[in-house]
Amino acid sequence: MKKIINGVDTVVTDALRGMAAAHPSLRVDLDSRVVYRADAPRRGKVGLVSGGGSGHEPLHSGFVGYGMLDAACPGEVFTSPVPDQMIEASKGTDGGAGVLHIVKNYTGDVLNFEMAAELCADEGVEVASVLVDDDVAVRDSLYTAGRRGTGATLFVEKIAGAAAEAGAPLAEVARIAKEVNERSRSFGIALAPCTVPAAGKPTFELGESEIELGIGIHGEPGRTRAVHREARELVGLAMDAIDEDLPLSGDTLVLVNGMGGTPLMELYIAFAEVSAYLAGKGATAVRSLVGDYVTSLEMQGLSITVCRVDDELVRLWDAPVETPGLRWGR
Amino acid sequence: MDTAFFLTWIEEVAEAVRAERDHLTELDAAIGDADHGTNLDRGFTAVREALAGAPPATPGAALVLAGTTLIRKVGGASGPLYGTAFRQLGKSLGDAPDIGLPELAAAFEAALAALGKLGGAAEGDKTMVDALAPAVRELAKAALDGAKPGDALNRAADAAAGGARATIPLQARKGRASYLGPRSAGHEDPGAASTALIFDALRRTAQR
Repeated sequence: MKKIINGVDTVVTDALRGMAAAHPSLRVDLDSRVVYRADAPRRGKVGLVSGGGSGHEPLHSGFVGYGMLDAACPGEVFTSPVPDQMIEASKGTDGGAGVLHIVKNYTGDVLNFEMAAELCADEGVEVASVLVDDDVAVRDSLYTAGRRGTGATLFVEKIAGAAAEAGAPLAEVARIAKEVNERSRSFGIALAPCTVPAAGKPTFELGESEIELGIGIHGEPGRTRAVHREARELVGLAMDAIDEDLPLSGDTLVLVNGMGGTPLMELYIAFAEVSAYLAGKGATAVRSLVGDYVTSLEMQGLSITVCRVDDELVRLWDAPVETPGLRWGR
Repeated sequence: MDTAFFLTWIEEVAEAVRAERDHLTELDAAIGDADHGTNLDRGFTAVREALAGAPPATPGAALVLAGTTLIRKVGGASGPLYGTAFRQLGKSLGDAPDIGLPELAAAFEAALAALGKLGGAAEGDKTMVDALAPAVRELAKAALDGAKPGDALNRAADAAAGGARATIPLQARKGRASYLGPRSAGHEDPGAASTALIFDALRRTAQR
């Protein structure tokens, strides 16, 4: 294993020290392990708190700032943070209008955020929660832990963040966040695995011509292994899975997301195919993002997230945002 | 079984988790996200420190502190799940300074119930419950039989180990392994494996 680290036990702390040094717009509490926007809490504004395992950067800490998250709680690599972090983050971002927890649907994240929300209520902080579960590769049934939260998390954080920045009350911010999740679907493909620093070995092995279909964002294998093929077919597989679940038409917001080890050039090749696929369905990508946003360490591969948007959601998407990972219009 | 007994048990668990850390992580790499051993090791290291820092007066207090520390330090699903189980064990034992087998068996039944309520897993879902449930049943049966604690814990540890092994052919229906669908079959569940370690540590504690 070759990684630019000082030691496997200090990766998260060392990375947070770097974020603090690089971004004065953030306030990083290393003891509590919470990343705040420097001006939190904002009086009268709903606080947005998210968090999850580390290794998905820029998600979530890189999306802390004006127009997006007020705080993020980074856990160990691929491990949900603990309730103490979420309670601290909620108290530190509550400007009197309550706090929205944005939770990706993984057993650990859900359990820890639930415990935190109960304890926040005990301490007089009003908390609402929204669960992100956009990954169509997992069937939502009694026989799974439910769909995973992946690329749509960025959409939820950006759009709910804009609503909160505009002064919407907690119930309204929560409603918009849920709506974005309900309108979004994702599918991921891996060409090569990643190595969790503490494990020291790749999470799975793939042959020269093999790929994993339906991956999540934790280096876990996907639902099936398949033979590698050209970009058009790969994108077709992903888009078919999305379209089957949420028929594509009209205006869409599209994220073609690199998993950490994919050249941007290849993501653009994929985006061209996504665009062509949408045209074939009578849909259009009215807004798009291409790049590494919700990563899985150095995994090679991509995920595609499509959100069927209306004018209100596009307006909120276009609203100014100023975070280390996403910024425009300000 | 007094406070010292339970502190020894926790020590034995911490030692076992440290020794099996890489094995647990490898099991997790196959069907999860390759961190189970690392996370539990971090958690039980913190539990050791917490218990050393504020020595508890009763078995119940020791187990509640262990559980709270796991919730605060581990993260993931195993933090809240193991934390809640240990906390419930401790709460069920109350203030009693010395614990008999029937009390311990009842406390484990309460811990299993608390776990089911929190995580929603049933036996056969390929989770820690698959090791815990048979061990708890065996313990209850042994208590009814009037078995000696050493024998009862021996039987419970065997049941937990058997339950963990029996997860190998199962398809996961809870937790991260469930995302793999049928591909989760053929691997031992890491949570069931760590639960078996915890019962094995309890057996060794009784044999000391």
